[in-house]
Amino acid sequence: MIGGMSGTIRRVAVLLGVLFLALLANANIVQVLRADELADGPGNTRGIIREYGRERGPIVVGGAAVASSKETDGRLRYQRVYADGPLYASATGFYSLVYGATGIEKAENDVLAGSDDRFAVQRLSDLIAGREPKGGSVTLTLDPAAQQAAFDGISKLTGAVVAIQPSTGALLALAQSPSFDPNPLSSNDPATAREYWTAAVADPDKPLLNRPIAEVYPPGSTFKVVTTAAALASGRYTPTTLIPAPASITLPGTNTTLSNFTGRPCGDGEVTLTEALVVSCNTAFAQVGMDLGDDALRAQAEAFGFNSSFDVPMTAATSRFPADLNTPQTAQAAIGQFDVRATALQMAMVAAGVANRGVVMVPYLVQDVRSPDLEVLETAQPEEFGRALTPELAQEVTDMMVLVVEEGTGSNAAIPGVRVAGKTGTAQTAPGRPPDAWFIAFAPADDPQVAVAVAIEGAPELGEISGNRLAAPIAKAVIEAVLGRG
Amino acid sequence: MNAATAGAAAPPRRWAEAMLLVPALVIGIGAYAQVGLATDGSLPADFWAWSAVGVLLAVAAHVAVRLLAPRSDQALLPVVVALNGLGLALIARLDVAEALRAAARGQPVPTPTAPSQLLWTVLGVALFVVVLVVVRDPRQLQRYTYTAMAVGLVLILLPLVPVLGVTINGASIWIRVAGMSFQPAEVGKIALIVFFAGYLVVTRDALAVARSRVLGIDLPRGRDLGPILVAWLVSLGVLVFENDLGTSLLFFALFVTMLYVATGRRGWIVIGALLFLAGSFAAYQLFGHVGARIDTWLDPFADASGAGFQNAQALYGMAEGGILGTGIGEGSPDLVPYANSDFIIATVGEELGLTGLMAVLVMYAVLVERGLRAALAARDVFGRLLATGLAVVLGLQVFIVVGGVTGLIPLTGLTTPFMSAGGSSLIANWMLIALLLRVGDAAASPAPAPVPIVDDALTEVVPR
Repeated sequence: MIGGMSGTIRRVAVLLGVLFLALLANANIVQVLRADELADGPGNTRGIIREYGRERGPIVVGGAAVASSKETDGRLRYQRVYADGPLYASATGFYSLVYGATGIEKAENDVLAGSDDRFAVQRLSDLIAGREPKGGSVTLTLDPAAQQAAFDGISKLTGAVVAIQPSTGALLALAQSPSFDPNPLSSNDPATAREYWTAAVADPDKPLLNRPIAEVYPPGSTFKVVTTAAALASGRYTPTTLIPAPASITLPGTNTTLSNFTGRPCGDGEVTLTEALVVSCNTAFAQVGMDLGDDALRAQAEAFGFNSSFDVPMTAATSRFPADLNTPQTAQAAIGQFDVRATALQMAMVAAGVANRGVVMVPYLVQDVRSPDLEVLETAQPEEFGRALTPELAQEVTDMMVLVVEEGTGSNAAIPGVRVAGKTGTAQTAPGRPPDAWFIAFAPADDPQVAVAVAIEGAPELGEISGNRLAAPIAKAVIEAVLGRG
Repeated sequence: MNAATAGAAAPPRRWAEAMLLVPALVIGIGAYAQVGLATDGSLPADFWAWSAVGVLLAVAAHVAVRLLAPRSDQALLPVVVALNGLGLALIARLDVAEALRAAARGQPVPTPTAPSQLLWTVLGVALFVVVLVVVRDPRQLQRYTYTAMAVGLVLILLPLVPVLGVTINGASIWIRVAGMSFQPAEVGKIALIVFFAGYLVVTRDALAVARSRVLGIDLPRGRDLGPILVAWLVSLGVLVFENDLGTSLLFFALFVTMLYVATGRRGWIVIGALLFLAGSFAAYQLFGHVGARIDTWLDPFADASGAGFQNAQALYGMAEGGILGTGIGEGSPDLVPYANSDFIIATVGEELGLTGLMAVLVMYAVLVERGLRAALAARDVFGRLLATGLAVVLGLQVFIVVGGVTGLIPLTGLTTPFMSAGGSSLIANWMLIALLLRVGDAAASPAPAPVPIVDDALTEVVPR
């Protein structure tokens, strides 16, 4: 009746239907199929806005938040702030828009951001109740007084300090110098972060390097504690076994000589094992090492944690005792030279293992993890790494190390009324470079509360005295802080 | 609905429409409540007044339709109320984002858009009623075929008048009167549909005469090419002088579709497509901004911080929204420039997710489908063409703008009907719906027996 327009109208309806189907299909493609790809697209800031829109949980030390989130007026709703930035930087790390996260901020990100699976029920109830989702909190094992002492002690030098509770493996102090301030790096203003980062990266002292756990040094004479332990464990040595101790020895099959720092024989050219440790006698320990062999030294070192990886939860650099050493190399390794490398964390574990009657504990930094409403989700369970010494031999090594402080090279770590066990170290690094100075210690010797390792790069003086001059006072201060005598 | 078969029976009481208005109002008012709850933790300060205005407008529109077009489709008004209410809430949500952004930068808070959009909604509903009151029979409009053409052309060309016209972001499609900017082409499109319908009623037989058959398609006579060439030139004029790709494309596609519906000749679609391709190619070659739009469409991420910024951000927002969306007030839709006008559909995708976006698209599809159903029910050619044109322009506009925002086709600026901020679009679309209701009501009304439809008497199917 009206010109068959029904057919064409229907066809137009079909055409428009096809167009709408295309829109629906395309919406599915964009919002579902390509969603992940688009989330990483250039200039897409929404993921960051989402992350920064949620209140990130605090990092707590001694009941106070050392890292927390502050509400802002900007598009990024929360700004990460660090109450005592440089002091705790080795532990907290930073949380940067531009450079990602490091330290606990990275290792415990799921908890702090609230995305951890353990929060799933809470997130669901938040959603239903319309509560704003928040991140959980992470409490660290650090002791504020010990941390402050460690940080203050190392701050004028370059190096690292690690303190461990021997009975558990809990890290009581983790300090580095130079340190950095995580606040500008974590700024919501990318320009601020970039400016600080650029300067920090250009700094030859590498302030962003996490020296306590991420940098390895030759441990030098502090490694003699490991050699001593291996000697006693072999059953062929006691603390009173006499060892030749000339001014220098020529390593077998080479022209290389290995000499004492003093350039003189130790004692009258023959010392007991105890005396060798007390005066840090290189020639004596080189001979002990060669006598024991590299396998025995390696086994003892590995019992203390060498050649193993530790997540504290940040992954620490692996300390190395090299494989397949020949005799001269073994002699050097026995005094912590050649290719032996250790983190400050590792040498603190050596001290802590001796202190804990021979049992080495796995080091950890996180005491507990809590949900946003402060319910404890997980508490650290101290874990044994392994037994490095029998209790009896550990006691013998302890007594020898006490003598190091009371009569030997570690006199600056002495604390009136407290028996401090310690060992100095000075390690040659590279020709023409000043050596590194070390001190490892624990106290009280009869009921150890804390074990410390102090590593100082480029110590200005030669000789065994630099460990005592520079590193021992720092160890002493940390011990005093833990014992409440600071 | 059974409106078409109601015949001479008493008009329906429109309870279906009344019942559908309840969820429609819940969508808009609920969304507005959520804007406050999500961004401020409490209901918006003017929540109750706002809700009251919404309910009153819906009731007024419903009563007007009951009295003035009782036999018309009952789904159109509820869908429009839902879309308009949701659009208002999203505009208010974007106002909050703008205010926060300004506060963070220490700048004065910009004037919110939502209150003026609400005023425009009031005006839109008022004009909706006025159209229903004034146009009692769609065929009345047929008398004004050439007046409508003149009005349509004037409205389209108005922005080119010095002083009156303003150029915003390169497009000269606005006029500014008494401090308010207005896109006259939005209203002009309705006038042009009236013109196209009236014109095609008269000329469709001539235009349907085939001259030659090429590849199975009948092509029209050369001398009948005049109208389509004029429409093409006017569209190109809009493109060249007003820099408005979207309106240009919309008008031309509308005219070709109506031509096809009126004549049943696929040849017109072929010719239209060829002209479109020629015009597009020329525009691509001649106008940098057209070429840039194409390049941006092909790869919005090539210059994600420059030319592709708007497209890329819209896609990022939609991807962020995923299936269920971030929730109103929980996303960052204001990262997309012009989020509350051309790009409001990106806000839907981000905060209401794929679910919300598909629901909105289906609502538009319902409008188009109901409009075409009114066209099919119409007993006269003019009514059929008018309703077809109105439904098609709505569907095409949604396709062009949503397709552009979601990256399906190159971006051309157009408003999203009933949702985008902007008064001209809003009132034009309310008037458009009133006309669709009018056609539907006339179709379902008892036939006015003595008045023969003159055109029908002359019409004759040319058998092939």
